[in-house]
Amino acid sequence: MPIKTEPMTVNVGPQHPSTHGVFRLRITFDGEEIVEVEPVFGYLHRGTEKLAEERNYVQIVTLTDRLDYVSSMINNQAYCLAVEKLLGVEPPPRAKYMRTLAAELQRVASHLMGIGFFLQDLGTLGTPLMYCFRIREKILDLFEMLCGARITVSYMRPGGVLDDAPVEFWPALDAFLAEFPSEFGEIEQLVVENEIVMIRTRGVSTLPIDVAVNGSVSGPVLRASGLAWDWRKMDPYDAYADVEFDVPVAAGGDNYDRFWVRIQEIHQSIRIVHQCVQQIEPGPVRLDLPLVLRPKPGAEAYGRVEASKGELGFYLVSDGGVSPYRCKIRSPSLINLTVTEHLLVGWKLADMIVTLGSMDINMGEVDR
Amino acid sequence: MSGLYLVIYDAAGLLLPSWLSHLAAGLSIMMILVNAVLMGAAVFVWMERRLIGRFHNRIGPNRWGPFGMFQPFADMLKLIFKEDLIPANADKPVFILVPIAMLMPVILMMAVVPFAQNTALANLNVGVLYVLAVTSVTTLAIFMAGWSSNNRFAMFGAARGVAVLISYEVPVVISLLGVVLVTGSMSLADVVSAQSVPFLLVQPLAFFVFFAGTSAELNRTPFDVAEAESELVAGYHTEFSGVKFALIQAAEFGGVAASAAVIVTLFLGGWSGPASAYLGWLWFLLKVGVVAFVFIWIRATYPRLRVDQIMALAWKFLLPLSLINLFAIVLEVFFLRNASGVLSTGDLWIMAAINIFLAVSAIALFGSMIREKVTPNQMRPDMGLPDTVPAPVSSLGEVR
Repeated sequence: MPIKTEPMTVNVGPQHPSTHGVFRLRITFDGEEIVEVEPVFGYLHRGTEKLAEERNYVQIVTLTDRLDYVSSMINNQAYCLAVEKLLGVEPPPRAKYMRTLAAELQRVASHLMGIGFFLQDLGTLGTPLMYCFRIREKILDLFEMLCGARITVSYMRPGGVLDDAPVEFWPALDAFLAEFPSEFGEIEQLVVENEIVMIRTRGVSTLPIDVAVNGSVSGPVLRASGLAWDWRKMDPYDAYADVEFDVPVAAGGDNYDRFWVRIQEIHQSIRIVHQCVQQIEPGPVRLDLPLVLRPKPGAEAYGRVEASKGELGFYLVSDGGVSPYRCKIRSPSLINLTVTEHLLVGWKLADMIVTLGSMDINMGEVDR
Repeated sequence: MSGLYLVIYDAAGLLLPSWLSHLAAGLSIMMILVNAVLMGAAVFVWMERRLIGRFHNRIGPNRWGPFGMFQPFADMLKLIFKEDLIPANADKPVFILVPIAMLMPVILMMAVVPFAQNTALANLNVGVLYVLAVTSVTTLAIFMAGWSSNNRFAMFGAARGVAVLISYEVPVVISLLGVVLVTGSMSLADVVSAQSVPFLLVQPLAFFVFFAGTSAELNRTPFDVAEAESELVAGYHTEFSGVKFALIQAAEFGGVAASAAVIVTLFLGGWSGPASAYLGWLWFLLKVGVVAFVFIWIRATYPRLRVDQIMALAWKFLLPLSLINLFAIVLEVFFLRNASGVLSTGDLWIMAAINIFLAVSAIALFGSMIREKVTPNQMRPDMGLPDTVPAPVSSLGEVR
């Protein structure tokens, strides 16, 4: 006798343990299988773009901290590059190295969060997450030395960085770099070739390269699909032209590849930090710019960086006043979410959570 | 424990009529049992929280009592004073019955476990069967929870939980047949006294299947799909709060303590050990602690499997293993027993030698058969920019 079944619509989020913030998915399930997905967001909308029109160019730095709040340094960097382009100035070399160093440490911290929550979504009881947090704490301590803040750093300024690193920063950084391989090695040993992690994520929610490119997907999600597209290589900003690093690429575009690409990028970031420590030279860290910046009327600039989640861009238009006429933010998390439906439909509920974890979205950036 | 029963009966008999004395003695013994289970749950909660704290590189609860030992009581007290919410569209009678139906099997299970020599609440001659029977009531309780709360996550959890529990019942029962065959009795006291060699060594395959099956029935990682916090909020008990939630948690953690006790009795020699006539309870508790530690260790380490993978594991891996174990035990018992049908210690050692070899090879064989072929990625040294990508953009946009 056939049993009558009917699809069931479930609201996953905005209050759910694994939606990475206040993200809501209206999902129609057929049993455990997903037949329809509708992402709903906007629960964290704070009007950052509008607020930017009311503040002067230096004040906006604090707004960028709150976009992707696990990688504030990189947000600062993208914004400052845009303002420098707008003004037509270039920061001194030491500032460039400080920015690169801080951004790469931030990328490590952000990827650690991504990996940790990805594994949490896989059902580990927090052990890998806590291991990740242990390393991230040390990075945040370093940030505290640099600028006094741990999360909302506002370390970078148009024309350089806030201040030079204190003398005790460099030994602390060396100690961190010395401990890092063993501590990160523990996580890698525990999870990277773990049988259960592999069978749960291999071949699940694959993103073909053409879909990824058509969806303007960027960052580790794109590189996991097989395209080595990294703005640090394609259009080197700050000190990236002077450092050597590889761009990890995977072929399958599945959940495991996205996870693996992040693991490898952490290694590359640490490599860049090592080179920055070697190459950095004494000098000024900030241009002597006026406190209130007034770019030429009608000037436009687009500053972009390879953020931890993908291409982060700030498009600024000036009308000659103290604050920008328009500040458009191209946030990678939002654009990466455009392929949600392709990734989720046809997979099971358990895979859906893991896929969201492997996308590593951040709602502060999606809703702005 | 019948001795204690008689002591209470005699003492009460000085004041009360006979039937009331029986009632008083019976209720006292039940009090002891219920409290033993709840205390076991509390100790296990503390142990789990402390140990998982250590696994996480944290300290774990350490505020209330020595080493945070009173934390479970504080938690319990807090939950008792919380508002007891019942969803508007819930099936109220069933919803209220759920915590009771959850806790009951755990308490009943402990009734037949011998804590020390001649110390069990009831030395049932069908003890093994009884344990299997009462633990399967949990299946019903989980489905009641999922259905009555009128919550879709709870329904998901219940559907998953029932599927997993029913599947894992089969290999667990078959693995226990081996134990019964060697013992020649279903009484748990007889199972303990038959273990001149712990059954862990005599039938490692049965132990493996039983341990995995018990983990699944207790909803512990890597089989915790019914609760699956990251997927289903809290699974079947999403809607339960206050004292109902406290009871469900007590049932869950008490269930682990009770299952550890059953595993110790069936496979690790129960209360037997040096000076077991006097220190039997100590050996028993130590062994329970070790088994509980292994449960916590696994929980802290592994990710969760998907439902279909868990089902595949039960039917394609554990069921054949339990059948192999049963087959081997049948043959060994048939050829090794003496005329009166008894196995000597020497026979058990011979069985241990054969079965350990059998277990290793069978697990390796079936493991390689159900294993999905997955390959890790390799970081290539030449990993740079392939030439298929567009040419680099020259600058950061134009200033007009």
